[in-house]
Amino acid sequence: MFTEILSVWSDIPSLSAAIWLAILVFVAYLARNPAHALIRSTGRAIYVACRLFATSLRKLEQNLQRRNREVVLAMGQEACQRAIEREFHRVNTMVTRDLSSYPSLHRQISDAIDKIEDDYQAATDAPPLPPAWLQAVDAVAAIPRTGDATVCDILDNIEVTLEKAHQETQKSYRQSTLERHKLLGGMQSQWRNLGQSLSQVKDKIDGLDARSAEIDQQMKTYESIRNVEDSISRTLASSSLTQFFISTLVLVIAVFGGLINFQLIAMPMSEMVGGASYIGPMRTSDIAALVIIMVEIAMGLFLMESLRITHLFPVIGSMDDKMRKRMLVITFSILAILATVEASLAYMRDLLALDREALTQSLALSLEGAGIVKAEFRWIPSLGQMIMGFILPFALAFVAIPLESFIHSLRTVLGMIAMAILHSIGFVARLTGGVARQCSSIMISLYDLFIMLPLGIESLLSHAHTKKQAKATRSEMKDVLAEDQS
Amino acid sequence: MKKMILATLLIIVISACSAPQSKNQAVFLLLDTSGTYTEEMSKAMKIINYLLATLDSGDSIAIARIDSGSFSEKDIIAHTTFDSRPSTTNDQKRAFKAKIDAFVSATKHGSRHTDITGGVLQASEFLTETGAGQRYILIFSDLEEDLKKGHIRDFPLSLPGIHVVALNVTKLRSDNIDPRDYLKRLDQWQDRVKTAGGDWAVINDLERIDKLIARR
Repeated sequence: MFTEILSVWSDIPSLSAAIWLAILVFVAYLARNPAHALIRSTGRAIYVACRLFATSLRKLEQNLQRRNREVVLAMGQEACQRAIEREFHRVNTMVTRDLSSYPSLHRQISDAIDKIEDDYQAATDAPPLPPAWLQAVDAVAAIPRTGDATVCDILDNIEVTLEKAHQETQKSYRQSTLERHKLLGGMQSQWRNLGQSLSQVKDKIDGLDARSAEIDQQMKTYESIRNVEDSISRTLASSSLTQFFISTLVLVIAVFGGLINFQLIAMPMSEMVGGASYIGPMRTSDIAALVIIMVEIAMGLFLMESLRITHLFPVIGSMDDKMRKRMLVITFSILAILATVEASLAYMRDLLALDREALTQSLALSLEGAGIVKAEFRWIPSLGQMIMGFILPFALAFVAIPLESFIHSLRTVLGMIAMAILHSIGFVARLTGGVARQCSSIMISLYDLFIMLPLGIESLLSHAHTKKQAKATRSEMKDVLAEDQS
Repeated sequence: MKKMILATLLIIVISACSAPQSKNQAVFLLLDTSGTYTEEMSKAMKIINYLLATLDSGDSIAIARIDSGSFSEKDIIAHTTFDSRPSTTNDQKRAFKAKIDAFVSATKHGSRHTDITGGVLQASEFLTETGAGQRYILIFSDLEEDLKKGHIRDFPLSLPGIHVVALNVTKLRSDNIDPRDYLKRLDQWQDRVKTAGGDWAVINDLERIDKLIARR
């Protein structure tokens, strides 16, 4: 077909091709303006469509961003409220526990202070006053003994009496001083008790101070959230991402734990439900083992909800305490029963594996005539399997905590991913529009390049025509000037 | 969203309720007891041990001998379908092994003729009855058929979906003179099995029997 068209003008292909080319160039030259308009309008249309698409995507992205921000802030607000609530609860506990005994403590301190004051009053140093007649006696005793012997004797007696009275007074003073020292010694323990009581009060007040500082911090965050600040939004989003990665990591670990658990109970399960029946592509025994693991995880979820550690089911969280405690006991009992079942299944698995191993050994060695080798310390893996079978269900119960974090943070992460995708598509649309517009310009230039020969001729002709016109104009002007001069 | 969940549930229910393809396996081992092939019994025991170690709960196994007229239940040495409980399966395997051991120790002289086709027919019937998803006929023989006078076996077989594996196909003295006889024998059996709708394979090196049966 192509060859036939090519050889329409001549049998020589090159000549025929040249003629075709000339015709094409000529037709293209004739259709230059409409072709330019077509290329330009096509490029423009693609550009405008892409820009429109990108603008709508940007609006969608902005909506999504706003929505994500609202979600993040709502989550942050909720978390903040919970944290403040928890802090207040702790403060309440501290006040109830520690400061409820404050009146008795205050009474103790007051009693101690009163006692110290009494002791202090009792310990006041009051030097004994000499008897009132002592000066008179002293004066009498100081009279010189120069006269009568009787008088001298009287005076001596007075002096002796005086000395005796002085010594008694001194003795009494020493006694009272000793008593005061004893009282002061007793005050020391009172001071210590008082000091201890005061330090207890200080510790409690310090604890309250720390709690109040924490509450202040949380309140500041809460206010920032309420004021819809950008910085807090970014912080919350970043925190959400961190939570997502951490919870994903823990969930992956939990999945591996679940797989180990599955391996422990899948084989013995076939002893219970049979190993030859299938549901779809899976063995019934495998499905039964999976169901047990799933039930354990579900019980773990309910247990954590009942303990109010997680908040995935508001119905459980809003139950009254009595009902919640009942649920706690029931879920824990079911979990314990399932753990016991798993431990026994793990033991059974070991027995089955042992039996199978013995059979395989007997089959392998029957040809060689050798005896079966009994492995020692078989009880160690048996015990290990039983312990693992018992512990893993309880470990899986804690999956509820990372699961809650994962679910909460997943919303934010998905929003971010969607935003990134929208942003990328918008960028590609804008790029495509720009490229289309540039391509239309390039195509116009290429079109002109293709018809450059007729364009060149046209240019030369128009140039000559312009020259001729200019020459005619100039001669006309000259004629007009000559007429004017004449 | 609700529609998607409903559709997913529907697919799960339909896939669970649809007629399931059985995942069980059934193996029928034909042991050639003709002529000097009885000397190869130790190798046959290796295959039987491998089968007992590989087959699992719900699977079926049967061992039959190829003699002058093999299309008979009397030639089935032992057959069983393993229980769904693994512990019972192990006991069944031990009992099965004991039966085979007793047969091997009792087999001293080979039969005069070799009716492989009769054995294959018997195996095909047994395997169809088991309803297993994967069905194997293992022929432990030199594949040289030597029919008793009057026995008719030259008719097409029907082995749809059955894997036929020839094991330990020993070369006869005449094969050494003209190896084309051996190849021609193999080709003939291959054609017969494939025409009957089955798969054909040959394993002469018993070290490679690990690949014989698909493990689950």
